[in-house]
Amino acid sequence: MGITLDSKIPSGPLAQKWEKHIFDLKLVNPANKRKFTIIVVGTGLAGASAAATLAELGYNVHAFAFQDSARRAHSIAAQGGINAAKNYQNDGDSVYRLFYDTIKGGDYRAREANVYRLAQVSTSIIDQCVAQGVPFAREYGGTLSNRSFGGAQVSRTFYARGQTGQQLLLGAYSALMRQVGLGTVKMHERSEMLDVVLVNGHARGIVTRDLETGKIETWGADAVCLATGGYGNAFFLSTNAQGCNVTATWRAHKKGALFANPCYTQIHPTCIPRSGDHQSKLTLMSESLRNDGRVWVPKNKADVGKDPRQIPEDQRDYYLERIYPSFGNLVPRDIASRAAKRMCDLGQGVGPGGLGVYLDFGAAIQRVGQSVVAERYGNLFEMYQRITDESPYQTPMRIYPAVHYTMGGLWVDYNLMSNIPGLHVLGEANFSDHGANRLGASALMQGLADGYFVIPYTIGHYLATSGQAKVSGDEPEFKAAAVEVKARMDKLLAIKGNRSPTSFHKELGYLLWDKCGMGRTGDGLQEALDKIPQIREEFWSNLNVLGDGDSYNVALEKAGRVADFLEFGELMCRDALERKESCGGHFREEYQTEAGEALRDDDNFTHVAAWQYTGDLAKPNLVKEPLVFEEVHLSTRSYK
Amino acid sequence: MNLTLKIWRQKNREAKGAMESYPVKDVSPDMSFLEMLDILNEQLQSAKQEPVAFDHDCREGICGMCSLVINGLPHGPDAATTTCQLHRRKFKEGDVITIEPWRAQPFPVIRDLVTDRSAFDRIQARGGFVSIGTGHAPDANAIPIPKFHADLSMDAAQCIGCGACVAACKNASAMLFVGAKVAQYAHLPQGQPERNRRVLAMMDQHDKEGFGACTNYQECEAACPKEISVRVIAEMNRDFLKATLLGTEL
Repeated sequence: MGITLDSKIPSGPLAQKWEKHIFDLKLVNPANKRKFTIIVVGTGLAGASAAATLAELGYNVHAFAFQDSARRAHSIAAQGGINAAKNYQNDGDSVYRLFYDTIKGGDYRAREANVYRLAQVSTSIIDQCVAQGVPFAREYGGTLSNRSFGGAQVSRTFYARGQTGQQLLLGAYSALMRQVGLGTVKMHERSEMLDVVLVNGHARGIVTRDLETGKIETWGADAVCLATGGYGNAFFLSTNAQGCNVTATWRAHKKGALFANPCYTQIHPTCIPRSGDHQSKLTLMSESLRNDGRVWVPKNKADVGKDPRQIPEDQRDYYLERIYPSFGNLVPRDIASRAAKRMCDLGQGVGPGGLGVYLDFGAAIQRVGQSVVAERYGNLFEMYQRITDESPYQTPMRIYPAVHYTMGGLWVDYNLMSNIPGLHVLGEANFSDHGANRLGASALMQGLADGYFVIPYTIGHYLATSGQAKVSGDEPEFKAAAVEVKARMDKLLAIKGNRSPTSFHKELGYLLWDKCGMGRTGDGLQEALDKIPQIREEFWSNLNVLGDGDSYNVALEKAGRVADFLEFGELMCRDALERKESCGGHFREEYQTEAGEALRDDDNFTHVAAWQYTGDLAKPNLVKEPLVFEEVHLSTRSYK
Repeated sequence: MNLTLKIWRQKNREAKGAMESYPVKDVSPDMSFLEMLDILNEQLQSAKQEPVAFDHDCREGICGMCSLVINGLPHGPDAATTTCQLHRRKFKEGDVITIEPWRAQPFPVIRDLVTDRSAFDRIQARGGFVSIGTGHAPDANAIPIPKFHADLSMDAAQCIGCGACVAACKNASAMLFVGAKVAQYAHLPQGQPERNRRVLAMMDQHDKEGFGACTNYQECEAACPKEISVRVIAEMNRDFLKATLLGTEL
């Protein structure tokens, strides 16, 4: 099991690493590119931008999506914006400041070199998207408009109303569809990746199931890119789309890819609170609302049931402004979420079950008028009203934190390649850039950075140097993997028990939220680690999946994904138990300051925890990649 | 609250479908419409019947995956609302609700309420883009775009590609969908070099897929969950005429 991780971070000064690295990477000459085939799984921001760009370079690309169209990937739901160090506002922004904010926001648990590169290429992303015809918000003079976002004191966020993710994804999708039209990308929709295939130790293809016909197919290639998103749906209730799952990355993990920092989960502070047991998802209200909305709870517990409009100003506790005067309502997400939980734990929460705080636009409406507020957030207010039947123009919104994004993911080196040669991992699916907490408007930035500006350079180096023979997809390794996938489907169908896949998903999700959510304890995590194998055992003996494997079968699809969450959830808890410190989104209640802030242990935990599958889910092997900080000084994060 | 759902069931593309009635009990008024279908599916599976297949994903009104013709209306009775954003409180005790898939020849039924909308992708692949490879872009602020035009472009760009416009149209026309894409680019300087070619190519594919022509009933605008205006069809028709007269190559 003696595995060492080489992050392949280039030598030299931080600001010159990427440029030096680009020069050092081997190239594939233009005439040879067409001889290589690359598989891209997932068509969100990272996958679509990678597939389009690789095809533009001349590679043959096969792209896969489980949705009915590449345009539906969940990047589409991102609302607030995308960061870039353009400094168009002349307010002191720079590549270095974006780098510094991101490292600090991640609570010093990300790689310096990766984050610096992300900040560097951020400016090119905006240029590219504008050139594609993404209709970003503009000022009357015709220049691009910016807004501020949590964790930053400059305005560097570009946006398209409250639909920035949609517009960026449609931009990447349009570039992808252009390549489909040109015949350089073959698009496979309603096609779910169920395994990665290794030949001679290299990732050389995948096994998929056609969701309409149930056909199991194998695909051979020269390299594989996974851009399959995060694992937030392990919690059952999250802001993710219903189909988001961990299957692709978990299958790769079981084939040898290391899973890094699975306990790093982002709990987003501004979501619509849960209303009942029937609920299938939680709806995010963009963080951008905190630009103009003020967060408060009643000072007196006796007031929590009152109409908020009847509570006078001096009886309200604007707790973020009180505790964090310099960042106020714009503190990073982990800080804002924990503060909301603390106020609710103190009995000052509002709404059903006391699980909510107010986000109030009264002051903003008075200051700039209702029409300006409507222009900025109109679609979000409508969405809120549709769900809750209350108008945020009239009465404060009620919000509560919810699982939103996962910083952990498959371990990758500086080239975005996992420890399996040829297996590259992009976007939310990898672990690389956000440390223990992601800042708002940085997910879109990372997805597009990986797809447009990193992988096109680094994958060429792998292809030019790997020296592997061609595969067709019919080799024994492919056939064996396909047989395994088919057997697994048959096994799910053969149980013929009494409980639906959703009921197991819910049971696991509620347990994870309770024991591995906003606050975690050693005892609670141990309890979850005892319970998860029991749920898994019942799943494999009492699952009810009707129908067959040779047709469109929604219950079978769901069952396969839940089976993987049931294995993955255990690793998440184990990682959380092992990390005996609090950092970013990982809050161990045993490790906090007197003021209730996260207390890091830099001496023992300044590392990436990468887990290796050993064949026994209860005994994964922990491999540590030490994080070396040459540029920034580790300090206690303060937003006061 | 108790309701009766009459739902289109169809095993696969070739099978003959039929409406089936299902009672659903104890639904809460806070439930979304799709959460009610989730409950129905749990009830069906407990009774060892296969769940109803329907397309859905983000459940926040933006991915465009959900569909459903509810009581004859695409995305149901609420204006500017996708099915996933529709709430149960819009219905009364004892209501009978009919639920059908999109009905249009270019959108064949795959199973139950799930249809094949890949025709939209093929239209997009013919011209719904600006031909600019990664790395070719000038600085983002190099070309100022008046706010008025940027806003008109954004109004059109909001299309989620759900296909409700087609389902609402007696001709199964997709001209609101195509018009939205054409108008998004027509209002931006980036879209000008390919403006003529784009509208001709996209409409050529639109017709090949079997979508009908617009006859100005404006049902599409009424059904559109993003309230895309039929103005985009007028704008597209003008561009189409101009491009045809100029004889631009496809």
